Amino acid sequence: MTRFLSLRFLQALIVVLVMSFVVYGLIGLMPGDPIDIMLSGDPNMTAADAARLRALYGVDKPIIERYFEWLRNAVGGDFGYSRQHNQPVLHILLPRLVNTLYLMMGAFLISVIVAIPAGVYAARHPRSLVDQAINLFCFAGISVPVFFLALLLIILFAVQLGILPASGTRTVGAQSSFTDQLRYLALPVLTLTIANIAQVTRYVRSGMIEVLREDYIRTARAKGADENRVVWKHALRNALIPTVTIMALECGTLLSGALITETMFAYLGMGKLIFDSILANDYNVALVGLLFACSVTLLLNLIADVLYAALDPRISYR
Amino acid sequence: MRYLATGVLAASLALTGAAFAQQKAGELTVAMTQFPSTLNPHIDSMLAKTIVLHMTQRPLTTYNEKWEAICLLCTELPTIENGKAKPVDLPDGKKGVKVTYTIHPNAKWGDGTPVTTKDVIFTYEVGKNPDTGVANMEQFREIVSIEAHDDKSFTVTKDKLKFTYNLMNDFRLIPEHIEKANFDPKNAAEYKKKTAFDTNTTNPGLFFGPYKIAEIVTSSHVSFVPNPTWFGDKAKFNRITFKVIENTAAMEANLLSGSVDYIMGELGVTIDQAIAFQKRQADKYNYDFKPGLVYEHIDLNLDNPLLKDKRVRQALLYAINREQIVQQLFEGKQPVAHTNINPLDWIYHKDVKTYRHDAKRAGELLDAAGFNVMKDGYRHNAAGDRLRFELMTTAGNRSRELVQQVLQSQWKAVGVEIVIKNEPARVFFGETTKERKYTGMALFAWISSPENVPLTILSSKHIPTKENNWAGQNYTGYKNPEMDKLLEEIEVELDRNKRLALWTKFQAIYSEDLPVLPLFFRAEPFIVPKWLKGIVPTGHQYGTTMWSQNWAAN
Repeated sequence: MTRFLSLRFLQALIVVLVMSFVVYGLIGLMPGDPIDIMLSGDPNMTAADAARLRALYGVDKPIIERYFEWLRNAVGGDFGYSRQHNQPVLHILLPRLVNTLYLMMGAFLISVIVAIPAGVYAARHPRSLVDQAINLFCFAGISVPVFFLALLLIILFAVQLGILPASGTRTVGAQSSFTDQLRYLALPVLTLTIANIAQVTRYVRSGMIEVLREDYIRTARAKGADENRVVWKHALRNALIPTVTIMALECGTLLSGALITETMFAYLGMGKLIFDSILANDYNVALVGLLFACSVTLLLNLIADVLYAALDPRISYR
Repeated sequence: MRYLATGVLAASLALTGAAFAQQKAGELTVAMTQFPSTLNPHIDSMLAKTIVLHMTQRPLTTYNEKWEAICLLCTELPTIENGKAKPVDLPDGKKGVKVTYTIHPNAKWGDGTPVTTKDVIFTYEVGKNPDTGVANMEQFREIVSIEAHDDKSFTVTKDKLKFTYNLMNDFRLIPEHIEKANFDPKNAAEYKKKTAFDTNTTNPGLFFGPYKIAEIVTSSHVSFVPNPTWFGDKAKFNRITFKVIENTAAMEANLLSGSVDYIMGELGVTIDQAIAFQKRQADKYNYDFKPGLVYEHIDLNLDNPLLKDKRVRQALLYAINREQIVQQLFEGKQPVAHTNINPLDWIYHKDVKTYRHDAKRAGELLDAAGFNVMKDGYRHNAAGDRLRFELMTTAGNRSRELVQQVLQSQWKAVGVEIVIKNEPARVFFGETTKERKYTGMALFAWISSPENVPLTILSSKHIPTKENNWAGQNYTGYKNPEMDKLLEEIEVELDRNKRLALWTKFQAIYSEDLPVLPLFFRAEPFIVPKWLKGIVPTGHQYGTTMWSQNWAAN
């Protein structure tokens, strides 16, 4: 196992390094730079001004040279300065990361708590009324666009009922408290959770239906094993293997891809930060943000691989 | 997506009737779509920053809501007539001007330190240093020297005697007593990282306006509280918060939920959204659609052989019904433009040549230009070339995309084929227009100030080329020696009557030559709660926040 983990860790490092180059290159290939945008907005800027600002912001050098300069500094712990926010990258990134972790963990935990029992129940009672209701919810949850759902939730809970804030991360001007943050988290988490529950429930249901037809389940039942033990211990454990993979990938997506939810609720998370940084050519923030998301996805996949072994004794790593 | 989002919002609210939150006593929350990247007055140029800074600072001079030049930080607008400005001959033989300003005697920074000429000299020192990162260096470049007479009065020597000689609208002061420690002239490039405006933003010593910043959270909000050292009328709110909500459909929902009280026009919802919102919530808010100096137009690439022909350009304008576009899409709230001069500007010439919709005249002009063979519904010339243009704009801009579709169908009616090709704003402005890569038409807007001389937009010396490193904004490639001469004459003509005559001639040439197709002047929609008074839209870039001390709850 130690050898397996060391190898995977090494692989992950190589992937992150390659990704850093690819992402840096891709952002660099986009037409226009920040100074071009300034030029188009300011009629009085001269060519000399543009050249001066390009040198000042370091965008006048070849992209390879800029990349290796960034890499050298990053290895030394200096992730650079955000051009867009005029602050060191980590000052911008860390609070956003904390917000995103709240959002991600909230959505993930609620999804798992709701989706697994719902999926199992639906699989055990296929074509029943409850199964059909769960299926309807799942299809609706998967199909409904996130922005649409977000708007509906804002209208219901903030406009009509007036019980939850429509946007933001905390109450402006008030001392930040956990309860206050929870109120602001409620709607974004609910938005993400609905889509997640729908997906995970579908995977659990189909996995369970398949496993419940297996010979070893029939054997367990024939041997007189308790039905709950058969379902929750023997069947679910095996049905969870594909679901764990999906959930690991979902977590990575939530970290950087909750862009629409964050925009609709003006929630300060990583997804919006990365998106804005790419558009504004803020290399340092975009790069560190994307690499972080990439590293977390790799880590979660590694955890998923380790979980396979725990779930299925036939799998072992050497 | 936004169509659907707005539709959902409209339907849901119509069905249920929204619950309105009451105003919190002494507090005001304002929604805006952007957050400033820096609050340093001279680094980077961005509308969001200007809006925030106007709450906390005042430039020496500005334009008011009547588009007249006025003093804000100075005590009297210097003029040649009142003796506070004097034309001078500079050592290099050029005609310059010396302008003397006096800072308001009671102006103090928020920490009690008086605003003095030390701040003026320091600001100039920072601004003229090429490594500081100042975006608009032109205002510092035109200053030859600044001489302080005492703590409150100083004389600026400018290198050219222009009719705008007494304006210093963007000369915003930097507090010397705070920023001197952060600015090393030998290592000026580090200043943008050290400036207290970004590292210690709530320091009261950075501000001398009616409000000072009490709290700032990047990309989320800025809160202001009254500044006790402000020398003008007392601020009326105990707290004003600018909250950033980028999605405008969510912004509407926030307004209805009471999370925000007011949507500012400068950085708020789009005009079509505001019109739809007004229909649903007519009685609950006051609405002000202020047409301003944002000029929506179509740049024509005059290197295109078809567009070189003036008859084709005129035919294109005759073929479109701008009155109908403005009426149907924007309920007449955005006035049709006949040139780049706004009808509210004093230099506007009411008898300028207009091109009312006339499809017959358009057809005659196109026939005369050689496109008289109709095939497959489109015009062709004798050589069989189809009359076809690419029309580009910024992808995702809903209003522009709507206008684009209407224009396409109106031009089709006279046999002109339009191919729509849109790009993200950063590509469109960062490369396509700047490097003149568009082949036919580019639909976008210019933002200007009152009586703005469009030298960089229309002078042949300002056509961007690879050789001049793409400097200049004459994206059409328009070359007219008469126009070049006229623009230079207007800039230095001090006599208003003579200048008005020059502007009249300018508008005549512009409307005859049509280097661009004028569309309309954009209006900014302000959605104001009934209880909020004192919001006066200006229509130019020196917006409502410049007079925030007048905002009050009724």
